[in-house]
Amino acid sequence: MTHSGETTVAVPTGALGSGIRAADMKAALAAGAHAFAVDAGSTDSGPSYLARAVSKYTREAVKRDLALLMEAQVKAQIPLLIGSCGTSGTDAGVDWTRDIVLEIAAELGWSPRVALLYSEQSRAAIKHKNAAGRVRPLAPAAPLTDADVDACEHIVALMGPEPYAAAVRAGAQIVLGGRTTDTAVIAAVPLLRGAGTGPAWHAGKIAECGGQCTVNPLDGGVLIRVRVDDFTVEPLSESNACDPHSVAMHMLYENSDPFRLIEPGGVLDVTGARYAAIDRRTVRVAGSRFDPAPYTMKLEGAANGPFQTIMIVGIADPAVLGDLDAFAERWTAVLYDRARYGVGDDAEFDISLRLYGWNGVSGRTPSPGTPLPPEVGVLFVATAATQALATAVAKACNAAFFHYPVKAGIELPSYAFPFSPAEIERGRAYRFVLNHVVEVDDPAELVRVAWAEPSRREVAAGA
Amino acid sequence: MPKLRDVATHVRSKNAGPFWVTVDVFFADDRTYRTYRDDPALGAATFARMFGTDAAQVKRFPLDALNVVKISYPRPHPQGGAVERDMHAGQQAHYLLDLELGSPI
Repeated sequence: MTHSGETTVAVPTGALGSGIRAADMKAALAAGAHAFAVDAGSTDSGPSYLARAVSKYTREAVKRDLALLMEAQVKAQIPLLIGSCGTSGTDAGVDWTRDIVLEIAAELGWSPRVALLYSEQSRAAIKHKNAAGRVRPLAPAAPLTDADVDACEHIVALMGPEPYAAAVRAGAQIVLGGRTTDTAVIAAVPLLRGAGTGPAWHAGKIAECGGQCTVNPLDGGVLIRVRVDDFTVEPLSESNACDPHSVAMHMLYENSDPFRLIEPGGVLDVTGARYAAIDRRTVRVAGSRFDPAPYTMKLEGAANGPFQTIMIVGIADPAVLGDLDAFAERWTAVLYDRARYGVGDDAEFDISLRLYGWNGVSGRTPSPGTPLPPEVGVLFVATAATQALATAVAKACNAAFFHYPVKAGIELPSYAFPFSPAEIERGRAYRFVLNHVVEVDDPAELVRVAWAEPSRREVAAGA
Repeated sequence: MPKLRDVATHVRSKNAGPFWVTVDVFFADDRTYRTYRDDPALGAATFARMFGTDAAQVKRFPLDALNVVKISYPRPHPQGGAVERDMHAGQQAHYLLDLELGSPI
């Protein structure tokens, strides 16, 4: 491809599976987009998806969005790039998305060339890199240990734009990537076509959540036009708008540093960026810089945690509401007693009471004079190494949780419990483990590439 | 002394990756922003006291163009573990609203 002076990328949603609109796809085609780029992943919803390598969205929801993208693609014959397939960007997430894409291709009677980029890492590969001194902690993490690596169920390395650009250059019409920085998926085609690095990366950041940078984030996706020295961003929906404030504000969103964003191969620096409206719905951004740095890939890893069983009650009794903190302390002590009686003194478990309506979110004692609530909801959480033990703790606490009186000598109350059976087995808790980067000699060093042919369902070597 | 809820137009918090929380404090105009931009009540010690974070790692960014002060701090527990109560940390900012500002710098 040659540099045409401007590269237009449509980002119809901030998350594949959250609901692309047909009208937005029509607008993208009318605008002459050179590519569609969509991020399918995030760590926002917690470590469960990476630990289990499953998608947050249903297959049906992802298929509906992909079908809209691919139908538009058949008309426009432009590349479709999907990053962080299957929420966490594991190999299983890429394969899951590939199967959906091939199913849609068959339904459309179309045979696109589909590139698959895998960036999940084996424990051995990461330990090897760490032993070579090429894994560094990011604040607030400590240096990586083998035990950290062994704890992880899945480890992914966040790709930059290079593997996407290489796949498009090699003729891919659809690129399905494992874990990738949100920005890189969107910046890849502009960078490939010769756009400025500062504008391309900054446009990627601004568009990464779709309509989040518009005045009405619920009204569809966005379109970026990236040039050598600047870029513009506008909503795909005619009824929506970007203004300089809505666009500049997006650099604050979910960023711990609003000026500098560390990416594979460099740092996006928007300290000097200027945002100006060029019409009632389009903003031009100039002055962003990308400073190259030694190539690193961020690592994400998630581990299995203990199991939890929960129970819920509501309390409207004014005697309890007037004495919540002291009551909760006595109640917790009694629940521990009952649980120990039920499961034995040697069993390891934790009981946590969370008083919603009082301090369920913060867990801290409210300041004196805080008005009393009309009622509270109390969440009981038993945590233990097995589901059976967590449930045994909950069952042992059943009577004390539902009937513990606020003082001695009164008839036993019954707090409002909504479910029968009362206890709910909620499965495992999970935890994020890695907060590190790995240095690589080449952007493709930790990336495996394969091609999926719609006519032949098998995949080439490397999958 | 005024409280944060009296002088800020909007205060919000959000996860910034699994290990950080970021808080944005919005002021209505340049004058109010400059009055409170460097207020010690929005300093590291407050975040250490309220959220159990390490004061030495708290980062503070004044955004003069937007009349926003941004404060980022490491979560005491990574997002989503067994003790999690606020997955997106989206409710944490509200606990700052009663902070008293305007102490001498």
